[in-house]
Amino acid sequence: MTNRVLDLGGLDALIGVLREDGRVVVGPVLRDNAITLAELESAADLPGGWGVETGPGHYRVRRRADTAVFGHSAGPQSWKRFLHPPRRTLVTSDGNGFRAAPDPAPDYAFLGVRPCDLAAIAKLRQVIGGRKPFVVAAQCTEPGEVCFCASMGCGPAAGPGYDIALTERIDEQGQRFLATGGTDEGAAVLDRVPARRATPEDTALAEQDVQAAARTMGRAMPELDLRDLLAANRDSAHWEAVAERCLTCGNCTMVCPTCFCVSVEDHTDLDGTAERAQRWASCFEIDFSYLHGGAVRTSPAARYRQWMTHKLGTWHDQFGTSGCVGCGRCIAWCPAGIDITEEAAALTREHGGEQR
Amino acid sequence: MPSIAVWKFTSCDGCQLTLLDCEDELLPLTEHVRIAHFLEVTSVSEPGPYDISIVEGSVSTPEEAERIRWIREQSAVLVVVGACATSGGIQALRNFADVDEFRSIVYARPEHIATLGTSTPISAHVRVDLELRGCPIDKGQLLEVLTALLAGRKPDLPDTSVCTDCKRRGLTCVLVAHGTACLGPVTHAGCGALCPAVDRGCYGCFGPMNQPNVPALVPLLKRTGMGDDELQLVFRTFNANAEWS
Repeated sequence: MTNRVLDLGGLDALIGVLREDGRVVVGPVLRDNAITLAELESAADLPGGWGVETGPGHYRVRRRADTAVFGHSAGPQSWKRFLHPPRRTLVTSDGNGFRAAPDPAPDYAFLGVRPCDLAAIAKLRQVIGGRKPFVVAAQCTEPGEVCFCASMGCGPAAGPGYDIALTERIDEQGQRFLATGGTDEGAAVLDRVPARRATPEDTALAEQDVQAAARTMGRAMPELDLRDLLAANRDSAHWEAVAERCLTCGNCTMVCPTCFCVSVEDHTDLDGTAERAQRWASCFEIDFSYLHGGAVRTSPAARYRQWMTHKLGTWHDQFGTSGCVGCGRCIAWCPAGIDITEEAAALTREHGGEQR
Repeated sequence: MPSIAVWKFTSCDGCQLTLLDCEDELLPLTEHVRIAHFLEVTSVSEPGPYDISIVEGSVSTPEEAERIRWIREQSAVLVVVGACATSGGIQALRNFADVDEFRSIVYARPEHIATLGTSTPISAHVRVDLELRGCPIDKGQLLEVLTALLAGRKPDLPDTSVCTDCKRRGLTCVLVAHGTACLGPVTHAGCGALCPAVDRGCYGCFGPMNQPNVPALVPLLKRTGMGDDELQLVFRTFNANAEWS
């Protein structure tokens, strides 16, 4: 497929074409002093000129020196919010039998999907299924301080699964986006957008920018078999050390783009109607492990261990892949700044894992 | 039709008012329950026993300590509502002071004041079946309890952090993204993350969540500029008497 080059007007046209086809286009916007996700009507809604500064338990938006629209790393929200909503009605009853609730999800086009999040969408959909969204990925050229996608094999170049991949570049030739079609559908959409053919130089520059990004990751996961490391460390004293800092507030699981657990709630109304719904749950909630007679993971140490072991270890047994994509959200949005890469490194140091 | 009684102890009446605030649901509710005692609504008071008793307020006088035992005996289900009834309320600040001393300063004739040295939650006196946190309570949670009791199901009252509600609501963390002091990570859920939704930190009016880790939050609050005095104040508001750690 031929690569194209779009300017900001071309990006705006791309959003227009996707909307014309009846899709709800969702992408990054500046809101509440953060770069969150919301419906886009045009490219003017994108956070042009805004970047972010992240760290453990720390996130601030900042003005950029340029007008980049994708010049930020993962924000407080992920695409999970749209594919796997925080609350969803499953079954309703009017008092005479039950009815399955329709899935209200529209036909989504996600625009500005980071390679880490592209991988996360695939991992999440492997678990929950559902309709495939149209994905316009934005390759990463400027990772953040808490990013470690390179060490998880999920970036900074976009892996499979996108319909169109964009690489933004701003230099003396101006602001532009190298666009690559990943599917026939993506290529067909690109055909309807005003763009010029990419030169070999355009493509080479984009590759160079993405390769450079791999070398500026803020963090890295230790290079060893994490599944073995966690399986071997169920009784490590280190879990208690983490538990001293852990608030068990559940923020890490809520912001994680792949954490999929839900709890089911029943509601009855005064008019005789009833509803069963699911909502995001967290393995940090004590009730999460409630079985007959009580909860089985009551200590904070057991709950943190459960989360990290599932994310990096037993996810492999369950789904044949890691549950982590290296987006760094759990590090930035943990109020206490607990760093999953640092905890993995500490376990490795204490127990001398085999280097891969 | 099941009978319902609403009782007031030491409190501001705000939680009882939450029931009256259920404007759309109030009339349908009266088709399912008989209001047997509710002085904010009617001066008619039926004798017990009662199927459901809703108790607002803390126990702060000798008379109240007696009355709650009578109400417990008369009630099949006892639901306590609000920070006063669940932890002792603002008036539990007296638990950290000398009541005789300030009674003598405040009142011209202190000998007429019959009060206890402490303000305590209802559960310190009698067995409680359900509790709703908050100052005031959440209207949705109150209706959840009433509809659950009427249907004979378990009410859905999570005892986790405010953060779980905050994140489900899609709010940006005010502590992480704005550096605003917030008690959400140690506070009991149920309000729907009301304060973070208006760009404020949670001030803990729902009291501690199940197993809060306050020592882990303290350094984060200090980073927002709070001193030791402010830290003590922020945990000694609506739920001063609660077990924060």
